[in-house]
Amino acid sequence: MADVFADLVGQEEAVDILRRAAAGAVAILDGSGTGSAMTHAWIFTGPPGSGRSVAARALAAALQCATGVGCGECTGCRTTLGGTHADVRMVTPDGLSIGVNEMRALVLRAASAPTGGRWQVVVIEDADRLTEQAGNALLKAIEEPPPRTVFLLCTPSTHPDDISVTIRSRCRVVTLRQPPAAAVASVLVSRDGVEADTAAWAGAAAQGHVGRARRLARDADARRRREAVLAVPRRLTGVGACFDAASALIEAAEAEAEAAVAEADTAERTALETALGAGGTGRGASGAIRGAAGQLKDLEKRQKSRATRAQRDALDRALVDLAGFYRDVLVRTMAAPVAPVHTDATSLAEAAARKWSPDDALRRLEAVLECRTAIEANVKPRIAVEAMMLSLWN
Amino acid sequence: MTGGLSSIQLVLGDEELLVARAVDKAVAAAKEADAATDVRQYDANALAAGELAEMVSPSLFGGRRLIVVRGGQDARKDVVTALLDYAKHPDPDVTLIVTHTGGGRAKALADGLRTAGAEVVTAAKLKSHRDRVAFVREELRRGSTRGSEEAAEALLAAVGNDLRELAAACSQLLADVEGRIDAATVARYYRGRAEVSGFTVADAAMVGDVPGALEALRWALHVGVDPVPIADAIADGVRTVARVASAGRGNAYQMASSLGMPAWKIERAQRQARGWSPEGLVAAMRAAADCNAEVKGGADDRGYALERVVFAVAAARNGDSGRSGQGGPGRTDGDGTGRPTDARAAARAAAAGRGATGTRRPGGSR
Ligand SMILES: [Zn+2]
Repeated sequence: MADVFADLVGQEEAVDILRRAAAGAVAILDGSGTGSAMTHAWIFTGPPGSGRSVAARALAAALQCATGVGCGECTGCRTTLGGTHADVRMVTPDGLSIGVNEMRALVLRAASAPTGGRWQVVVIEDADRLTEQAGNALLKAIEEPPPRTVFLLCTPSTHPDDISVTIRSRCRVVTLRQPPAAAVASVLVSRDGVEADTAAWAGAAAQGHVGRARRLARDADARRRREAVLAVPRRLTGVGACFDAASALIEAAEAEAEAAVAEADTAERTALETALGAGGTGRGASGAIRGAAGQLKDLEKRQKSRATRAQRDALDRALVDLAGFYRDVLVRTMAAPVAPVHTDATSLAEAAARKWSPDDALRRLEAVLECRTAIEANVKPRIAVEAMMLSLWN
Repeated sequence: MTGGLSSIQLVLGDEELLVARAVDKAVAAAKEADAATDVRQYDANALAAGELAEMVSPSLFGGRRLIVVRGGQDARKDVVTALLDYAKHPDPDVTLIVTHTGGGRAKALADGLRTAGAEVVTAAKLKSHRDRVAFVREELRRGSTRGSEEAAEALLAAVGNDLRELAAACSQLLADVEGRIDAATVARYYRGRAEVSGFTVADAAMVGDVPGALEALRWALHVGVDPVPIADAIADGVRTVARVASAGRGNAYQMASSLGMPAWKIERAQRQARGWSPEGLVAAMRAAADCNAEVKGGADDRGYALERVVFAVAAARNGDSGRSGQGGPGRTDGDGTGRPTDARAAARAAAAGRGATGTRRPGGSR
């Protein structure tokens, strides 16, 4: 059966490194060798969708695997992948950054001895969102690691803007590549039972992002949103239309994000209220209520931060789809022998390519990419998207 | 006027400030003519026809009388009849003032008084932005201070459209400021409201008033207004003009719902839209977005970033290519920007071959 590395589509090189690390870890545990292929701190890097956190989870599972290879079937493997292993902590920032308090608490717990007798593993998804202080707290732990603690960091790149040079210098870097569309499609067919045609279309449209491809293949809402985005270039008929298109894109992202977080928000709030309600009404209750109000406020703050993040992520997905379209046009204007991203929008791309020079197409592609960068750099999404739409029109 | 001091005045309209002023003015005139004038005020809806007859009947003791009937639109039918009867044979010693919104159940009263030859004083709400600007300037002129049109605009932006508040703001400015009042004076006076400063800068920039925009900007920064809302206001200024201009000519009140903004904002944007081309708006919006990035992400001198966007917006309005960053062929063919190097396009296409996501380089969120 498929082991824990089977989800790493088209990443043979990285998988090889990770298998050797798992073997090294076994050697350290049973004292049969130095296990030089294993180390205490890892960075998984690569473009969005290449499977950074999938790779980190796979290594975590292999480290907890009863057979030591990441069989995918033992309790260690299954609880790790399921997110319930006592010695594996996953840090997924809900908000825009990971704060120092969160990081200190994490480092403290990671220093304790592993309950399962193997390794304490901390997986930090989006390590590029560590605040500077949080980064320093993490650095201390990485510099003097407890003997059985392993840190697995995921980041879109190892550029100093994303991860500090000192942290990077103490980690082993695993670089993942963007899996080819065909590889993604074949995973959809073999693992998810998706029909071949749909899988080929989704694999290309998702631009190497396995999770996105899966969602496109299965979720009608995701497909509808993508179609609305691909309709944008045709809608840009004038200045007013550009602002309308920007509004539509922003509002769609807001709606998508709201739907995504609504359930979790309600569940968290109910849980907290239940916990606080158990406090009773006896003496000192007014103090308890004050504390409760503070906790509710904290929760609201966290939820708001998460909602903002979800909005930006939704908007970013839309921008990636849009960039794919202009990239298809550019490829056509240059008659380059490259397969299109949006196989279902080729006639539209064709029409645009007849009208535009390569530079026209390039300028538009850059406008989309600049918009993503601007939003990442905290420009008000609406302003960034409006400026982009105007550039796409004019 | 015509009939000496005795007359019937119809104060017509629903702008409370103007109604109150018209009544005050009539009372003052009557008192000036005869200090012993007996002034009485009544609410039309609480008035009975009998009372009215008594009010206007010749007084045993003579002397002038001034009768104010407020809210004529709510008068009962018999009161309307009595007032109109009286209007046919007015008493020379009585001045009757009826205030009336123009509508209401007693709409006929207004029409009847007008036909009977009453002097009509208009007190209607000021519907157009131009009228409000004129109102503010007139207020300042009454205080024997000259206020520029820009000052009036700035005050409207700061205070809003309520005439009472505008009048109060004018008298405050008159009391506190010496000499001429201009946009910068107003900005300075209302500096406590960050969004006001931002909008003052944006409004000046959108009409190409670079000195006014820079002065308002410098002052706002000097008193510690955060650059971020100023940058947002400039983007909002461009957005508003762009949306209003591309909605075509039309009545602001009719456009309000489709554009989702208040009529006064549309009217202002319609005036600001003069001199703007679509290409200019594109360039201005891009400059606004660049400025937003600079102000939020660590530009060393955020004030400088804001100054630059003021210049960029003005340049975009004048049609100088205000295009920031790499230019490219606009809608006009044969532009003079050194022809695109196809090598650059080729390099990017090669990179794009890995998919657009491969070219992403997020700036990081720190
Ligand atoms: Zn296993």
